[in-house]
Amino acid sequence: MPVNLKDYPATDFFDETLERPNRSRSHATGLARLLRTLNDDELAARQASAELAIKEMGITFSVYSEDEGTIDRAWPFDILPRIIPKDEWDRVEAGLIQRARALNHFIDDIYHEQRIVTAGIFPPEVLAKSKNFRPQCVGVSPPLGVWAHICGSDLVRDRDGTLYVLEDNLRVPSGVSYMLENRLVTKRVFPELFDRYAPLPVDGYAAQLYDTLCQLCPRRTEHPEIAVLTPGIYNSAYFEHAYLAQQMGCELVEGRDLFVDDDDCVYMHTVSGPQRVDVIYRRIDDDFIDPDTFRADSTLGVKGLFRAWKAGNVGLANAPGAGVADDKVVYAFVPDFIRFYFDQEPLIPNVPTYRCMFDQERAYVLANLATLVVKPANESGGYGMLMGASASNAERERFARLIRADPRNYIAQPTLGLSTVPTIVEGRIEPRHVDLRPFILSGRTTQVTAGGLTRVALRRGSLVVNSSQGGGSKDTWIVDTEEP
Amino acid sequence: MLSRVAENIYWMCRYIERAESIVRVVSVNANVQLDLPKGVAPGWKPLIDVLGANTVFEARYREYGERQVVRFLLGDRDSSSSVRCCLMSARENCRTVRDILPREAWQYLTELQLYVEDNLQAGLTRKGRYEFLDRIIRGCQMTLGLLGSVMTRDVGYQFLRLGRNLERADMTTRFIDMRLTVPQSKKRLDPTVIGTVQWVNVLESLSAYQMFRRKMQARVQREHVLWFLFMDDEFPRSFMHCLNAVEESLGTLDNNRPCLLAVRQVIKDLDQTDVQNLDTATLGVLVDRLQRGLMDVHATVARMYFLPPVEAA
Repeated sequence: MPVNLKDYPATDFFDETLERPNRSRSHATGLARLLRTLNDDELAARQASAELAIKEMGITFSVYSEDEGTIDRAWPFDILPRIIPKDEWDRVEAGLIQRARALNHFIDDIYHEQRIVTAGIFPPEVLAKSKNFRPQCVGVSPPLGVWAHICGSDLVRDRDGTLYVLEDNLRVPSGVSYMLENRLVTKRVFPELFDRYAPLPVDGYAAQLYDTLCQLCPRRTEHPEIAVLTPGIYNSAYFEHAYLAQQMGCELVEGRDLFVDDDDCVYMHTVSGPQRVDVIYRRIDDDFIDPDTFRADSTLGVKGLFRAWKAGNVGLANAPGAGVADDKVVYAFVPDFIRFYFDQEPLIPNVPTYRCMFDQERAYVLANLATLVVKPANESGGYGMLMGASASNAERERFARLIRADPRNYIAQPTLGLSTVPTIVEGRIEPRHVDLRPFILSGRTTQVTAGGLTRVALRRGSLVVNSSQGGGSKDTWIVDTEEP
Repeated sequence: MLSRVAENIYWMCRYIERAESIVRVVSVNANVQLDLPKGVAPGWKPLIDVLGANTVFEARYREYGERQVVRFLLGDRDSSSSVRCCLMSARENCRTVRDILPREAWQYLTELQLYVEDNLQAGLTRKGRYEFLDRIIRGCQMTLGLLGSVMTRDVGYQFLRLGRNLERADMTTRFIDMRLTVPQSKKRLDPTVIGTVQWVNVLESLSAYQMFRRKMQARVQREHVLWFLFMDDEFPRSFMHCLNAVEESLGTLDNNRPCLLAVRQVIKDLDQTDVQNLDTATLGVLVDRLQRGLMDVHATVARMYFLPPVEAA
């Protein structure tokens, strides 16, 4: 049986590939044409070959389970790429650059004069209750005035086709290695599509990251010593840490490999003795990077690391304290940051967000819990949320109490109808919801990956894209539809 | 190279080598039980003795019977003297250095560990034992062979070699030690016959029998075996060969003086000893001294090259 797009169910969500069943969007006609030439078995064979490639390439993520401890799982991947036209992407890219620059301005401002607070735009009480504001960072000036060198901003497309920023990940965003590996797998699976489309390449990321990190080197040296700091093999993103270290040709270190000497410089233990480290791409949260400064019970970090950074003897990416802008309440103010610092309108909108700290907005939220999604300020991975539409009355009442007790800690957003992309599910092509995480590198310049990591909720109807909760991923193509 | 990485490579190799040695000694001991009359055969306790695992063993079992010892040496979950634990440790050490070693190393160790977990029960039966042990030996050799044939001869390789040769030297002394404890028998048997059987088995334990015959072209006699296993520089499991290899590897590293001094001390000690003609008691003393020497070499390597121990908080 040939692959059939006629039976593709029509939904009221925006589909990225098909305008309606059997009618592809103009940028996706090439993909649809190819699918029509394949039969079900051929499609299944291609999916199987992708799965084999993933196994062979050792692309895994780690899951912790009570019974088995930490296990490596093969990365769930769907072979049908998600295609975004380049003219749309150009606008998104400009918007992400604008946003990343505004976020860095904000962080730098917060740790210095706090002009935005004085101007009455950002309420001081939000700052006072911020979990990720680090008083230790006040007055510190990292190189280039940049704090969040690597930012992963999640984009979602609502029913009307508009792309919104859902959140900004400024602490230790992960997923970029999967974006890179997805492309390699797709090249093996659909080589003929590349002739037709020539999607913008993504493989420059490791080199761009390396260059960005080099800009943080405190010494004048031809070859800065750069290290990727991982919490260790039991971290769910360990694969990525190892992958990036390998791609950049630098050391993958754990906290115990490093020490800070009396000269306030960071060294790693090598078999030839201590060796100075110039820049650390740390994949450990602020809380755990230095027991002398942050959580004293951390065994993952390096004693004195903060001191060395403050003294300007080591570059840290992201800088400690950058997480202050990685807060769902702060998120709600980002459009204001853009207006305040640049006197520009945001190029990509935020999802409409109600801030429970403001009486009027809270009243609206409490009155409309059944249609809203409520999120705590500082959780990630979809934890601690209320999905109002599907929650029980008791759940909604519990959240109402939580919101009244600590309004600063909650925001609410309308339930979005995430866009869908055709996805192979048990041999059939069905719509599944997706989001998109592009990665933005900030140094002397600001660069955005061409596309990013498309995460897909593999369960029917599910909006949860996290790999730990049944999510998978797709290759994301930015294609120039102007060309013949 | 990071100290931690060097340490992981070193231990990975030691554990693979140790697993193979334990498998071999179990296999050979099973044979010797069949070759010698009951009451003369040394039983199974000496295996636990030479591995210095008596305390842990006795916490688990009341008697040193074949079933208990074999179960302990092959399948114990926690003792560093069990094959299962050694392979688990080898794999854990490999895990963080996967990207530095040839990709297949991780794959082979994973397969081997899975094999052991899946087939342990069969391997504990007398019928299934031979195949089980044989598969493990092949798995260990395949992994070490892979590493030896494709790894760049850089610093990491030197630590691999250090781990392998120190472990081998250690095991060689332990196997010799085991045969020094000949059980007293009331039955009158020709002691040279028993002696021969026992020394043949030492050689077999070390995969040395064939090489011994070719090299020595002599009957298997105590003094020849001792010379061969201690002094022969050409046989890769002889103590002297292993130590020379250790010295050679250390020679390529930075800051190697303290380590070289430690290993040369052991070499000198052995050079000045007439191993062939030592009586059993003196030989026992020598073995103890050599083992302490190896521990000293290890401690010096650890101090000079590995991560410093975590400071007590």
